[in-house]
Amino acid sequence: MIKAIGETMIGLIVLVGSLIGALSAFGLIRLPDVYLRSHAATKSATLGVLLILTGAFLYFAFYLEHVSAKLLLGIVFVFITSPVAGHLNGRAAHRTGVPLWERSVQDDLAGIYGQEKEVRERDPS
Amino acid sequence: MALQILLNLIIAFVWMFLYNDWSSSRFTVGYLLGMACIGLLNRFWPHDFYMKRVWAVIKLLSLFMRELVISSFAVMIQIVRPSLAIRPGIFALRTELKSDWEITILSCLICLTPGTLTLDVARDGRILYIHAMDIEDAEMLTNQIRGTFEKAIMEVTR
Repeated sequence: MIKAIGETMIGLIVLVGSLIGALSAFGLIRLPDVYLRSHAATKSATLGVLLILTGAFLYFAFYLEHVSAKLLLGIVFVFITSPVAGHLNGRAAHRTGVPLWERSVQDDLAGIYGQEKEVRERDPS
Repeated sequence: MALQILLNLIIAFVWMFLYNDWSSSRFTVGYLLGMACIGLLNRFWPHDFYMKRVWAVIKLLSLFMRELVISSFAVMIQIVRPSLAIRPGIFALRTELKSDWEITILSCLICLTPGTLTLDVARDGRILYIHAMDIEDAEMLTNQIRGTFEKAIMEVTR
């Protein structure tokens, strides 16, 4: 009885994780520009992968009696690296001049790179 | 802080030597005892008791988790809506944090909050440029970041 309930809970965790992953893939298709797409890719995909790994870890720990340190390390690494990947994507896109969506309202970063370049050319140290 | 942890470990090992017993349960008892000693003799140290710092780290981690769940649900709601009613934009945020570590942690936290993504850090490290999904509440976002994240990070590092 207890075993059936536990297995259902773990199954639900994995199912919710994969649903979140599917939704974030849908967001990659649907959203209009690079920056909004990387919103979907960094957040929802991270949470989906984390939930699936957690479900796998719990199943191994409770039903196969094997505490898998590799899964824990995987959770930590995904959690640390995925926001950095999103940040670098967005930064590289903005540096190379990828335009924002036409309905964007405000762009404080627009003139900054030009200024930095001028400063560097005037004072190359 | 590192000194206090080292001293705590030494106390735990002395406790194990006193009993001539090399089990992990003895070590745990010794470590708890050392923690109590250091906590009670707190006023003789120049720094705060190090468990305060550990508690702040735990609080920061739980904040990280909560923000991750809230933000991914916010993004998913925007995705499955029939019409895209968002107004994205980039705004600048002036931060009070100084060291590189603090700014790195802050930008990671911002990347995982509802509808914000760090795009760049200014050369002097005082301004963060953030892409927001809804610029309407940029003011609110700024206040939220200032109020909760910067405070939580400062509790850990200072």
